[in-house]
Amino acid sequence: MSLLSLCKPAKFGLALLISCSALLAGASAQAESVLRRGIVGEPNAFDPAKASLWHEYYLMKDIFEGLVSYDSTGKIVPGVAESWSTSPDDTVYTFKLRPDAKWSDGTAVTAHDFVYSLRRELDPATAAMDPRLQFPIKNARAINKGEMPADQLGVRAIDDHNLEITLERPTPYYINLAAHGTALPVNRANIEKDGSKFARPGTLVSNGPFKLVEHVSNDHITLAKNEAYWDAKNVKLDKVIFTPLVDQAASVRRFEAREIDMITGFPAAELGRLRKAFGDEVRVSPSLTVEYYVFDTRQPPFDDIRLRRALSMVIDRDFLAKEIFYDSAKPSYSMMAPGIPAYGAPSKVDFADLSMIDREDMALELMKEAGYGPGGKPLDITIRYSTSATNEQAATAIASMWKEAFGFNVTLHNLDLASHYGYLQQGGEFQVARASRTPEYADAEATLSLDLSSQKTYNYGRYNNPEYDALLARSYTEADPSVRSATLHKAESLLMHDQVIMPLLNIGNLWMVASKVEGFHDNALNEHPSKYLSVSE
Amino acid sequence: MIFFVLRRMLSAVPTLFVVATLSFFLMRFAPGGPFSLERPLPPETMANLMRTYHLDEPLWLQYVYYIRNALVGDFGPSYVYKDSTVAELIGSGLPYSLQLGSMALLLGLLGGVTVGTIAALRQNSFIDFAVMSVSTIGITVPNFVVGPVLTLIFAIGLAWLPAGGWGDGSARYLLLPVITLALPQLAVYARLMRGSMIEALHADHVRTARAYGLPPRVVVVMHAMRGALLPVVSYMGPSAAALFTGSVVVETIYSVPGIGRYFVLGALNRDYTLVMGTVILIAVLVIVFNLLVDILYGLLDPRVRHD
Repeated sequence: MSLLSLCKPAKFGLALLISCSALLAGASAQAESVLRRGIVGEPNAFDPAKASLWHEYYLMKDIFEGLVSYDSTGKIVPGVAESWSTSPDDTVYTFKLRPDAKWSDGTAVTAHDFVYSLRRELDPATAAMDPRLQFPIKNARAINKGEMPADQLGVRAIDDHNLEITLERPTPYYINLAAHGTALPVNRANIEKDGSKFARPGTLVSNGPFKLVEHVSNDHITLAKNEAYWDAKNVKLDKVIFTPLVDQAASVRRFEAREIDMITGFPAAELGRLRKAFGDEVRVSPSLTVEYYVFDTRQPPFDDIRLRRALSMVIDRDFLAKEIFYDSAKPSYSMMAPGIPAYGAPSKVDFADLSMIDREDMALELMKEAGYGPGGKPLDITIRYSTSATNEQAATAIASMWKEAFGFNVTLHNLDLASHYGYLQQGGEFQVARASRTPEYADAEATLSLDLSSQKTYNYGRYNNPEYDALLARSYTEADPSVRSATLHKAESLLMHDQVIMPLLNIGNLWMVASKVEGFHDNALNEHPSKYLSVSE
Repeated sequence: MIFFVLRRMLSAVPTLFVVATLSFFLMRFAPGGPFSLERPLPPETMANLMRTYHLDEPLWLQYVYYIRNALVGDFGPSYVYKDSTVAELIGSGLPYSLQLGSMALLLGLLGGVTVGTIAALRQNSFIDFAVMSVSTIGITVPNFVVGPVLTLIFAIGLAWLPAGGWGDGSARYLLLPVITLALPQLAVYARLMRGSMIEALHADHVRTARAYGLPPRVVVVMHAMRGALLPVVSYMGPSAAALFTGSVVVETIYSVPGIGRYFVLGALNRDYTLVMGTVILIAVLVIVFNLLVDILYGLLDPRVRHD
């Protein structure tokens, strides 16, 4: 408008008209396309080896690009590798790197960069946060334990553009791990020159669609389009500004004031109001996260499967989903959430489809056999959870369900997040504790392997069923994908039957995305790379 | 005077040492650690991290290392914000907190003293009751209520001001956080000032000044105000230290990149070094401001002299 009105005097002279149209053309070329994204916290690092949190990986995957990456629908697509092949037994992956992949300093991204980066990730001296995800690579675990030098890692550059990754055993899901944040490449020259300060604006050399240009702690992180990126012509945004918004209510207000275009993680209690005010800009879709309670099998009477199953049966998960999560979550009766194509529908616990009334009758029967509840011994139960309003409401509801059904006296015990999980991970004893799981990669193994009896950190309840261990072991050597999937399903059914883990809800992904943002697609993996997003004015 | 300042500074050394020692060991009694996340780390990863950050060594040795490094100004790396050192984090956040805090202090102090004085001069009048009721509200309504309400009105309803962020640091961005931070302080200063002013107006030297026929303005400003300011000044020490080190609530509500959140987040994340750094910073500020207050006292009250 202002430029057009400036142009009005142009009718007085052709020269002026020309200069005015030149000005207009210049202005439209300069109009920057900027996306303002909210993230749930300040990133702890820009070095991919030191990241481990979901919101950090959003940034990492915008700045760096792995061999393969995710598109906006959560599908694996070629990244630095334009194609790849696997050996018939799924133990060797060969990646063909695209010749035009470049670092932001203009040098070529080669197979040697990936050899360097993966060795660095697993080298104990790096003290990476999440190297576990690359343990399927040959010798990776031994290297990370310091038992072998890093050059023994099963990653080899055949030449500049061909990379071979050898795995410990058939790992049909390795391609998901190649897309993970822990497999992102870092620039060797950058690290050797700038040491621990390499990952800073102005210094960081990266190979993704964007590069890091500015960072003010707790205020904003600005990424600018990386012109050296091989697919730069398809990157529509000039800038992405990430704002860490720790307070959920504050992030909603920033969206309401139209200062931020996309936010995630707002209080579910606000869903009704926000839907009324913002309609389709509010997006709720199922995630892969399952929230559960775990029983400590070291503590009688929780070693009694009858008692555990009875306690699980009387929980009205529909009530929790509706009243506490405002329908943003779905009742869950399985360890896995739906949404992993290769796995299909998860295996639910056997009583999942019974009505609440039938379940309550069965539960009373079981509890009687176990010797507790009406007519039996009384029981005091303590539920432990990490401090949050939602966790407290859920625990209160569950406590009253147990009290109503069996007359048990339930005490709630909450600690801050670090204390709660620190306690569980250090093997602290408990009775019932709240936790949640999101598979690190789209494969059932990611979640189910955490309940192996050998697993001392993740297996809070010390679940120990040799049959379960054997099923998982069989899945590791099985080359046929459908047999492997069936084996994992059997394991899940067994885990659900034993109810050491009592799934409650499949949590939803909650987003608010301004209608001017294009290219956003809900997906269970919750992958939303800025590369595929654009802003219409 | 110089001896007084020197003596106070020397006595600050053992105080700081005790503060550092206590907080170092208290932190470690809390369960969990800087690497306890909802998604736990496998033992080998944990071992690598603990070794890299020397957390696997005996606690007393870690303490010795910490004190030795702190003495030469090295407050260590942050265990959570892994690309940064504690000094860098505090160094980058402190200017924001200082700017916000000093403006809030100024607003609170000037506003509180003015309002308190007016209320005292019109004791038991409508203005007095109004000022005192408003200041009671200012003290009792927490800033996590005031902040969102102001945002809803001025940023979302009227769309006059931004809802958060530091932006270019201009008045538009600072107005709401400064007001939110200053309100409770203003209320406290107003109440203190009113009380001491009423007392001062009945003091002998003020009555004498009146009897001499001095104009009321001169009596209030030159004679009564001086003595009435003493309680206000003594409250200024801790109040300034608290304002300058940021407020986690205000910083979170308005996304201000200050250091206030490091106290709380650092403790929740068990970021030991970051917590130590902020605790020592607060201790230093409290000591410095208390010293300044004592010097000011000497200037305001002839009975207090630091020889």
